[in-house]
Amino acid sequence: MATALDKPPAAVDSSSASSRPKNGFRKYWHLYAAISPFYLLFLCFGLIPVGFSFYLSLHRWDGLGSMEWAGLSQYKYLLSDTDFWNSIGNTLIIWALATFPMIFLAMITAVMLNSAVRFKNVYRFAYFLPNVTSVVAIAIVFGSVFSTNFGLVNALLQAVGIDQIAWLNTPWGIKIAIATLMTWQWTGYNAIIFLAGLQTIPSEVYEAARMDGAGPVQTFFRITLPMMRPVLLFVLVISTVTGLQSFSEPQVLLQNTSNDSTFAGGPGHSGQTMVLYFFQQTFDNNDFGYGAAVAWGIFLVVIIFSIVNWRLVQRRGED
Amino acid sequence: MAFLQGTRRPKAIRGTRKRGIALHVSLILGVLLSAFPFYWAVIMSTHTSSEIFSYPPKLLPGTHFLENVRSLFDNIDFFGSMFNSVLVAGSVTFLVLFFDSLAAFVFAKFQFPGKNVLFALLMVIFMVPAQLAAIPQFVIMAKLGWIGSMTALIVPAAANAFGIFWMRQYMKSAIHDELLDASRIDGANFLRQYWHVALPVVRPGLAFLGIFTFMGQWNDYAWPLIALTNPNNVTLQVALSQLNGTHGTTDYGMVMTGALLALVPLLIVFAVGAKQIIGDLGKGAIR
Repeated sequence: MATALDKPPAAVDSSSASSRPKNGFRKYWHLYAAISPFYLLFLCFGLIPVGFSFYLSLHRWDGLGSMEWAGLSQYKYLLSDTDFWNSIGNTLIIWALATFPMIFLAMITAVMLNSAVRFKNVYRFAYFLPNVTSVVAIAIVFGSVFSTNFGLVNALLQAVGIDQIAWLNTPWGIKIAIATLMTWQWTGYNAIIFLAGLQTIPSEVYEAARMDGAGPVQTFFRITLPMMRPVLLFVLVISTVTGLQSFSEPQVLLQNTSNDSTFAGGPGHSGQTMVLYFFQQTFDNNDFGYGAAVAWGIFLVVIIFSIVNWRLVQRRGED
Repeated sequence: MAFLQGTRRPKAIRGTRKRGIALHVSLILGVLLSAFPFYWAVIMSTHTSSEIFSYPPKLLPGTHFLENVRSLFDNIDFFGSMFNSVLVAGSVTFLVLFFDSLAAFVFAKFQFPGKNVLFALLMVIFMVPAQLAAIPQFVIMAKLGWIGSMTALIVPAAANAFGIFWMRQYMKSAIHDELLDASRIDGANFLRQYWHVALPVVRPGLAFLGIFTFMGQWNDYAWPLIALTNPNNVTLQVALSQLNGTHGTTDYGMVMTGALLALVPLLIVFAVGAKQIIGDLGKGAIR
């Protein structure tokens, strides 16, 4: 492609003048060529696959034999599939356990960073560090921290006289462990984004609030929070879209804890997120048709949940 | 703010200084929480498994690091999989920088029929979740014979909507139209303008996109786990996961050593590019 562009047509010089009518494509071909790699890749690995996955969801297929028409029966089964509903519940609970503490802590951290004049860059570096580390490595570390027999959390509990908890073996323990890992990894990232938002609030606004006798708490709820609403919305939507599609954290954390599948999400499937369920159906059970239906189900849940979140934050803005 | 006010008004100094100390204490506490898992990985990777399994837990580094490294290298092809990770992350970064900046240059500075539709399409593509395309992608790549090789990871990631969108925003303000007009009068063609006028100006933007892409690819896990079907030819993340899957309940010291060593290259990349990444991330969110 690059070699083709080395010899542009003579008409390039006049690309700004629209007065001379010319064959459109001949005039602009180098521009189309320059943007084409992305669209070609998208066509092959995005658009066609997405269309094909809908076609697949109307069939039964193990990936090897011939496809068998199934109509809407995959979707009908999906609606009555308790394992799928279980995975939706797990995902939402883990998302809530991770997101609310995360946004709360990130906001506090950002406000503190915004007022700490010294070492701001050192702090920002340290807080951002968790986000760039690989989920696989860090999930292994968290797995050992939450280990029943020798984990640090249980050692601390034992030190203050509380019984050990089988974190990676009980429904709530599993969810708390996954949520803790996510909170650890994303709090700093969101704090940096909040900080950028805080820095756009002009200091005159705070000055005026102080003149009117507003205390720090009042200032935060009456001025900072309302002005931060767009940034808060951005963070909430991003956390929803990424959080509802969590896969690596539970997969690595729980891959050793159940016998049936590395995508099972621990004992009783209590850490099995929607995407984990998708992987289990598709790549462990080789049920490509049903897997495709599950993928569309996940897509729908993510969209609905994102819209609900967005509307909630928006509506509060109108009051 | 509080600091500045305090220095101007002597009476308030003691109160604001106290508050300043409390502020830094809480911030440092947060830093310790952020850093703790790294410290814990160091502790675990320097002890034998029997030391790890004993109570009370070890809080200081031990002396068995080299032993753990040796058994790690015996159990997985650490450098082979690291080579694969460097190959994938490096090639993807190079391709993304080239294709994304070229497309972004076109969207930022040129007019052509269909531009708005194509750009709107870009935004829609941004939203399509990965697992919707995952099965057909796998089938297509199996047909192409790419499954099991690094090609399956590199090609689909060679250009992305985020990078084009982000670079376009950057180029719109960074490249001045007068500069382009001047180079056009001098007879520079499109590719020359891209290479000699646009690229030098947007170097900081490229640095951000490059580091961001490299780290994302280095850490990518779900798709490599599926696409790399030959267990002896995988990326570092998949190798780590295999190690955890087979030895995770027995040889913690070794597994943790693997996790620690896998973190090191990325921490170096981040340390080099941190300023760029953190600064530009904030800018992108409030734009």
